[in-house]
Amino acid sequence: MAEAPNTYKAGADDNGHFGLFGGRYVAETLMPLILEVERAYNACRADPKFAAELTHLNTHYAGRPSALYFAERLTAHFGGAKLYFKRDELNHTGSHKINNCLGQILVARRMGKTRIIAETGAGQHGVATATVCARFGLKCVIYMGAKDIERQKSNVFRMRLLGAEVRPVEKGSATLKDAMNEALRDWVANVNDTYYLIGTAAGPHPYPTMVRDFQSVIGEEVRDQLHAAEGRLPDSLVAAVGGGSNAIGLFHPFLDDVGVKMFGVEAAGRGINTGEHAASIAGGSPGVLHGNRTYLLQDENGQITDAHSISAGLDYPGIGPEHAWLHFQGRVDYVSATDIEALDAFQLCSKLEGILPALEPAHALAYVTRAAPKLPKDHIMVMNMCGRGDKDVFTVAEALGAKL
Amino acid sequence: MSRIASEVDNSGNRIAQRFALLQKHKRPGLVTFITANDPTPEMFMQIFEGLPSVGADLIEIGIPFSDPMADGPSIQASSQRSLKHRTNINDVLTAVAEFRRSEIDTPVILMGYYNPIYHYGGQEFAEAAARAGVDGVIVVDLPPEEAEELNVHLRANDIHMIFLTAPTSSDERLPTILSKASGFVYYVAIAGITGTAVADEQAVKTAMARLRRHTKLPIAVGFGIKTPQQARAISAHCDAAVVGSAIVDIVGKGVAADGKVDPSLSTKVLEFVKSLATGLHGAWP
Repeated sequence: MAEAPNTYKAGADDNGHFGLFGGRYVAETLMPLILEVERAYNACRADPKFAAELTHLNTHYAGRPSALYFAERLTAHFGGAKLYFKRDELNHTGSHKINNCLGQILVARRMGKTRIIAETGAGQHGVATATVCARFGLKCVIYMGAKDIERQKSNVFRMRLLGAEVRPVEKGSATLKDAMNEALRDWVANVNDTYYLIGTAAGPHPYPTMVRDFQSVIGEEVRDQLHAAEGRLPDSLVAAVGGGSNAIGLFHPFLDDVGVKMFGVEAAGRGINTGEHAASIAGGSPGVLHGNRTYLLQDENGQITDAHSISAGLDYPGIGPEHAWLHFQGRVDYVSATDIEALDAFQLCSKLEGILPALEPAHALAYVTRAAPKLPKDHIMVMNMCGRGDKDVFTVAEALGAKL
Repeated sequence: MSRIASEVDNSGNRIAQRFALLQKHKRPGLVTFITANDPTPEMFMQIFEGLPSVGADLIEIGIPFSDPMADGPSIQASSQRSLKHRTNINDVLTAVAEFRRSEIDTPVILMGYYNPIYHYGGQEFAEAAARAGVDGVIVVDLPPEEAEELNVHLRANDIHMIFLTAPTSSDERLPTILSKASGFVYYVAIAGITGTAVADEQAVKTAMARLRRHTKLPIAVGFGIKTPQQARAISAHCDAAVVGSAIVDIVGKGVAADGKVDPSLSTKVLEFVKSLATGLHGAWP
């Protein structure tokens, strides 16, 4: 573990590094583009009108603030920690992804871009991107792995209804990482009119920072809402981590509150020891992919290996660089939950709380299921319910052997 | 071209000597790209060792990567064919060392993505590459802002780090790149991935004038050069033309659906390279 810094919120530095991690590992053709995005984002950040416009959209279009909900029956069921859900699944489009898309679409508009591209795994980011493009009348192209298109058909149709073109990616493992490769290839070939709206807190600088900033509304709201409900800070925060945008959004505003413990839950797939998982920290090592240095799933030759998770949104062989750094610093604990544990948590939450969680936060809840019973009753735990499970009912039905 | 033998040179100057020689002969150079072990280690070696005698003035060897983000379908497929043999950096360096047993003048440049090199270790890579007889390295996803951690080891081992410049690189940005460049400068002629669009001669001509204001190094132009005619047209304005996807496409066509490799593949590839060299000779007035 590294020596504790004065603040955990100082990163990224001017070159986009979080300690060893992050950076701008892109081909020269892309370099001027990401520098332009960085300049534009810095200008937006300094402009109170930008913040006001975003707040207005968050309130009137996305429906923020999302509720902070005391999960009473699950709390009684676990018999330990007092569990709250941050209900980001209640946002317009059904997940936290809209927070980032609204922010970035305003940046893209200020840059004068007319065509938006994005990658998507579960389809939540694709839907959120297609939504904001429809709202602002911008052309939208979504890259999605062919395997993900198969398991997220309803989201694909939603994107098309919203006017987006969904381009299947057959290459590689035909999942999120390959969709990101194709989006980057599109971007280099369409530098003048196109903005790449990255959906997670990864990629080249400034994306990890920008996405984190737009998602931090989650943690900021939790801070105020929990203060109103309990008059104090939480004891622990729990969130699922694929690329890690919902987790960093919840964690970041609390990083310097040293009493608040944080748990990022990676997807252990069929189990870390089987090699079929998506847990970059538990089962990976540092490397460079998609513009940043971070923990990656890779073989002994530095070739990227395929991730596996029942959750398409966590099926990615990397993790955002700020998470890599927070792990390195020991500030956040990265744990994992398997496909089966997530399915169990999915069903438990549906039955006890009347909330169908997406398979992504079902991983977070799987960890809660293990941890909460061992904690005292005055321990306040906040879990990010970052997406709703409607999109996953077909996957869950198949996994449970149910015929629809 | 007629090859001119010189003394064994281990000082990392093969690139400078080759461009000096080209100047003396008053013609542009041909840079050819193939991926290591594509389609098989044996066929690759036949092609690699045959390249100098059909007019390849500099040779780029691709280190395959699972996620080649800057490459189009041809080179992606080529990387996949290579990775079927689990090709790693040691295999690539062994091939270069083998090549060097018979060929001492032609510069060899490795081209790849950073992760396999980072995983191997920058210092270990630079030392092993120097021992194998590598002259330069192009790491596609390592812009000058991030390159120093590898470049420090390459410099210590007399290996040139060759940087890319692109149509999108502004006049303001060019000094950042070119102040770190050595060996030669690689100009990416199209805004896009390899092997897709066709390079535009007028745009290249304008770009060369712009680059020459910032560097005295030789300039090679690549991405979007597919035929002897295009090679001739583009190389009229620069020091060397790079052809990759078009060569790699021929390699790909030599592999049947069942994986069987056409035994005459090396001949076909080398004939094409010869036609490129012939097309390019006389490009300069």
